Amino acid sequence: MKRLNKVYTILIFLFLYLPMVVLIVASFNTGKDITDFEGFTLSRYSELFHDRTLLPLLMNSLKVALISSIIATVMGTAAAIGIRKMSPKIRSFVLGVTNIPMTNPDIVTGVSLSLLFTFLGVLLRIEEVLTFWTLLIAHVTFNLPYVILNIMPKLNQMDPALQEAAMDLGCTPMKAFFKVTIHEIMPGIISGAIMAFTMSLDDFVISYFVYGPSFITLPVEIYNYTKKPLQPKIYALFTLLFVLIFVMMVLMNIFQARGEKRKTDQRGRGTI
Amino acid sequence: MSKELIRLRNLVMEFDGERILDDINLYFNDHEFLTLLGPSGCGKTTTLRIIGGFLTPTAGDVLFDGARINDVPPYKRQINTVFQRYALFPHLDVYENIAFGLRISKLPKDEIDRRVMEMLEVVSLKGYENRKITSLSGGQQQRVAIARALVNRPKVLLLDEPLGALDLRLRKDMQNELKRIQQAMGITFIYVTHDQEEALAMSDTIVVMDKGRIQQIGTPEDIYNEPKNAFVADFIGESNILDGIMLEDFRVKFFGRVFTCVDKGFKTNEPVDVVIRPEDIDIVAPEQGHLTGTVTSVTFKGLNYDIIVDFKGFKWLIQTTDFHPVDATIGIRLNPEDIHVMKKSEYSGMFGDYSSYSAEYDELTEDADDEEE
Repeated sequence: MKRLNKVYTILIFLFLYLPMVVLIVASFNTGKDITDFEGFTLSRYSELFHDRTLLPLLMNSLKVALISSIIATVMGTAAAIGIRKMSPKIRSFVLGVTNIPMTNPDIVTGVSLSLLFTFLGVLLRIEEVLTFWTLLIAHVTFNLPYVILNIMPKLNQMDPALQEAAMDLGCTPMKAFFKVTIHEIMPGIISGAIMAFTMSLDDFVISYFVYGPSFITLPVEIYNYTKKPLQPKIYALFTLLFVLIFVMMVLMNIFQARGEKRKTDQRGRGTI
Repeated sequence: MSKELIRLRNLVMEFDGERILDDINLYFNDHEFLTLLGPSGCGKTTTLRIIGGFLTPTAGDVLFDGARINDVPPYKRQINTVFQRYALFPHLDVYENIAFGLRISKLPKDEIDRRVMEMLEVVSLKGYENRKITSLSGGQQQRVAIARALVNRPKVLLLDEPLGALDLRLRKDMQNELKRIQQAMGITFIYVTHDQEEALAMSDTIVVMDKGRIQQIGTPEDIYNEPKNAFVADFIGESNILDGIMLEDFRVKFFGRVFTCVDKGFKTNEPVDVVIRPEDIDIVAPEQGHLTGTVTSVTFKGLNYDIIVDFKGFKWLIQTTDFHPVDATIGIRLNPEDIHVMKKSEYSGMFGDYSSYSAEYDELTEDADDEEE
């Protein structure tokens, strides 16, 4: 039985990561094609770093990811606090509503946002409505639920008396938030921000409908590439992206685990 | 007595149409140690939270030094709170927890330092200033919470069952400590508890509450010796409560016998509740007793035996240092000062009968109380 467990686990990991392994191997391959292995090289990576079109696009992607995740984190934190204060009935309703952008198929979100922007463009007589800003708004929209979802549990775990204690000692509600509450929910804020960042960096479907020619992100451009034969330097780029996202996910898990540990430490001591 | 500091006037509190506080009228004197005592859900914590500013009453006024403060937020009140589970800030060390209020009011650094160090001494935690909150024991956290509140030199300190999470020995130590601190600092303490022993040991004044109403206000001696109704008699200590008839001043009839008592001021032949404390009853030989009964159970309590005695179907609790075996027939004598007569109330007949008495049952209900609130 134990052996079967192991085999099963290995199979799952193979299934999940084999495509990535192929990609990573291909990025170091000197051959023209994935099918013929000739030798090890880093030339794909140097080609990539000398590419004048791909790197700016990567910077674009990082820019949107960074700005949208920061905005979503600030808005999401404020929203989570507001939602926490609602009566239970309204709270579950509002949480349901804020979760819709997350559960909605990306293509539906993308098309509807695109329609909205075009409509507003006509209404406000803007020539070229799809720009960096529409892309940013779209990204903040689909990032928000992830931030809220990460912060809510931390707020629920927090002893409500902490906020009261801060106010008892002279803090206005706003000051109490910055002096006390924010420290308590920080693990949730950080993991929410990281998740938002990776979701944004990773997004293709929604971006495809709301980007304009003046500002293109990497996933959108790569999609255009795939219509032609794929250049090997793209493999190098994918590998780098994979590693980046992987590292961020590991970081996020560490943060969450730390938050949990801190909580259990407190609990353990509190029962004396 | 010193001057009045806080007054609650016709205070009413409702949550979702449910009345939690029903017309509370109460005043608190300066430098007083006052305890709000009652079972879970009696409204004592709600009263405290209204004084602290965390709840706004549905109706009625909260007056502080004569000024109405209903709408003054907690951060503008000269009142500090020690919370039930301390609510210390886990991201700050002991020093910064205590300094928190002083930093908010932007006092100069050296004054903050002086006052925090002074406070650490008061709560006997010198040398702990750099310790993390999570590395402290329950009793130490308790002291930090008290220091954090007192360092702001409030006029009033509110304490919400602060000893509830501590074990028995630590609780006794902290009771003395709290009383000492209160006298040393000369601050008004408003203390909430469901533990009657704690209330009797520490308070200048006890306010007994139940069902959102004040049942009795008085000194610990008053409350214990002269309970106003069956609820108070039962909640504070143990009581045998019997139906009686007040024939005239100083003469009360119960169990078909007329007793001399020290109470007066009732109507002729008014039905009353008669309280007899288990420790006041003298056991004598059956032929010398006012009443004769049969022992039905004996529990050894260390200091004394708790015995249940059946008098014509009504069971009394008697505390005695002499052993009387089960099924023994004993007589009892009641002196006039052992008998306390109370007016009938809504609580008459609900308490004071030990027919279903069991020592374990008492402990169970006490644990259940701790879970709530």
